[in-house]
Amino acid sequence: MRLAVLIKQVPDTRSVQMDETTGTVVRKSSDAILNPLDAYALRAALLVKDAAPGSTVTALSMGPASAEKALREVLALGADDAVLVCDRACAGSDTWATAVVLSAALQKHGPFDLVVTGERATDGDTGQVGPEVAARLNLSLATFVDEVSVNEEGLEVERKVETGLERWRLRLPALISVTKAIGEIGLPTLAGKMAARRREIPITTAADLGLDPATIGLKGSPTRVVKIFYPTLARKGRQYRVVDEASLADSVEAMAKYMAEVSAV
Amino acid sequence: MKVCVLAEVAHHRILPVTYELLTRALGLASPGEIGALVVSGGVPEEEYEKLGAAGADEIIAYEAPWLERFRPEPYTAALQAMVAEFKPEIVLGGATSTGRTWLPYAAMKMHTGLTADCTELSIEEGSGLLLQTRPAIGGNIMATIKTPHHRPQMATIRPRSTRPATPQAGRRGRLHRREALPAWQQSGLTELSFTPIDETQELSSAERVVVVGRGIKKPENLGMVRELAQLLGAAIGATREVVDRGWLPYSCQIGLSGRTITPELYVGVGVSGAIQHLAGMQTSKRIVAVNTDSEAQIFSLADVGIVGDLLEVVPALNARLRAGGAL
Ligand SMILES: Cc1cc2nc3c(=O)[nH]c(=O)nc-3n(C[C@H](O)[C@H](O)[C@H](O)COP(=O)(O)OP(=O)(O)OC[C@H]3O[C@@H](n4cnc5c(N)ncnc54)[C@H](O)[C@@H]3O)c2cc1C
Ligand SMILES: Cc1cc2nc3c(=O)[nH]c(=O)nc-3n(C[C@H](O)[C@H](O)[C@H](O)COP(=O)(O)OP(=O)(O)OC[C@H]3O[C@@H](n4cnc5c(N)ncnc54)[C@H](O)[C@@H]3O)c2cc1C
Repeated sequence: MRLAVLIKQVPDTRSVQMDETTGTVVRKSSDAILNPLDAYALRAALLVKDAAPGSTVTALSMGPASAEKALREVLALGADDAVLVCDRACAGSDTWATAVVLSAALQKHGPFDLVVTGERATDGDTGQVGPEVAARLNLSLATFVDEVSVNEEGLEVERKVETGLERWRLRLPALISVTKAIGEIGLPTLAGKMAARRREIPITTAADLGLDPATIGLKGSPTRVVKIFYPTLARKGRQYRVVDEASLADSVEAMAKYMAEVSAV
Repeated sequence: MKVCVLAEVAHHRILPVTYELLTRALGLASPGEIGALVVSGGVPEEEYEKLGAAGADEIIAYEAPWLERFRPEPYTAALQAMVAEFKPEIVLGGATSTGRTWLPYAAMKMHTGLTADCTELSIEEGSGLLLQTRPAIGGNIMATIKTPHHRPQMATIRPRSTRPATPQAGRRGRLHRREALPAWQQSGLTELSFTPIDETQELSSAERVVVVGRGIKKPENLGMVRELAQLLGAAIGATREVVDRGWLPYSCQIGLSGRTITPELYVGVGVSGAIQHLAGMQTSKRIVAVNTDSEAQIFSLADVGIVGDLLEVVPALNARLRAGGAL
């Protein structure tokens, strides 16, 4: 089987800065990391590869030149090859435009039997790119997959939803997004790291993909971020301090009364 | 039609999230302008009536045994047919496992924008466009997003981020039954099995929740929190710190990467109130907290707070509640 894993480089959420006028993330390549949830996507692809000998796993990312770092990380972790779609024309893409670019790249470098994505990226946080790629390429789609296996009849997945546990058989080609329940991937080996460092990562541009610049990037995006702000919290309550036995009793009395009041309504 | 909400159905009942979407629709549109699309394996007539009484003026229903469980292709075909006929300006779905799959799949097919997991919606003065506000980047920021030129404007709405609409006496909707075309059955998915679970619902719909944070220090101390929960008739939730340490299962996690709760009473013990945790509980009706740090962020939301050691406060509170009889 030919497998593809979609990999996004994200800012480390602890050091994010936003450009408040354009509503886009200011990226400093130094604090960009592999989207942590995409490690599970890679792990799922490697599980399938193990079950279907002879398979290959291609990591694909759309992002700035520095996203190469995230791709090298997944190469070190076991991906067979990697492709970076890097073009100024892609900048500012919303999920629709991102999916258009990634779909074109999957077609150019494919065909793939199975595409695996993370549940969501920790920055944009939408989880929409996977389903949108599936719709674009008419792939069978299962999201929130926490178990995957292959057999003669195709792909079997399990997904936990609010109302229960579902098991599905997917016709190939398919796209799945996976959850943490897939399991941890472990750390790269030293040999893996060394090999990954030397690998060539081809760069694909929008023109290579035959994409009209008007349909991608900020221009091609149906959505617009119009405002960014920081959530505000307002202090409104009563506070009791425990310093000794007496204040402990008073605090507890006040809390118990409040709980009783609330529960009466 | 101005706004159409996408109903969710399980066990032949229309789920509460649908009524939450109706509350949103009622805030955006006037009576007469609201629709609801119900794609299902079949629901009793009263379910449609209830939806009408709660605010849906037009109810578009697709029923077929093979629509019982959500699959992207047939559900999207139904949504596209509804959009072609009723031309809603806005389509709202729940940010549930179904909504977060169905809407992006459909948004690509219909070439329109989709905003994820919104917690606030409003109509922009002048343009009449839908302003969609959502937390992003781990809840560190809020972004307001619009879809200026593509239609319909679509959004998924965070479950339990608003109250469900209640049926009003005398209010009725018009039911439009439509045929699900056999061609829609073409899907890449074949169902192998389904095992219902209610356990996960329990926490999400609990009226009272006691949430335990890292301040509990070790799992041996959980007993006193369990007792508190029992005395209050509350479910138990946890922060990610607690779940990551394996002290409570992931199904208990409240917050951005766990579940969202809107109980009548939230009790936080040893919880700092990190923004990602607040994302899952800040719409709780009443909030109380116990924490040693008077500057802990949880206190900025708390109606009543005790600055003190939970290992001291919780047992004392339990004793007081036991003495005070059942609540
Ligand atoms: C504050 C903020 C809010 C936003 N809100 C929205 C919104 O509501 N709607 C909208 O359409 N856009 C939105 N965007 C834009 C969106 O973040 C970008 O389109 C982004 O490129 C992809 O979306 P995501 O980060 O949500 O990825 P997700 O859809 O969460 O990613 C899911 C998976 O898709 C794959 N993937 C995603 N991006 C890439 C990539 N570049 N290369 C390879 N694989 C990838 C990964 O496997 C990933 O795990 C927002 C951006 C910001 C900064
Ligand atoms: C992308 C992302 C997603 C996340 N998703 C979630 C999520 O879904 N849910 C979630 O909860 N977190 C989430 N987090 C983690 C979040 O940022 C916090 O780390 C977490 O909520 C903190 O948990 P806590 O309050 O238990 O621990 P801490 O922040 O360590 O707080 C412990 C608190 O206990 C108090 N304390 C200590 N001892 C005592 C005592 N004896 N008595 C009383 N109080 C005491 C301390 O003063 C402190 O305030 C996420 C983070 C990221 C980056």
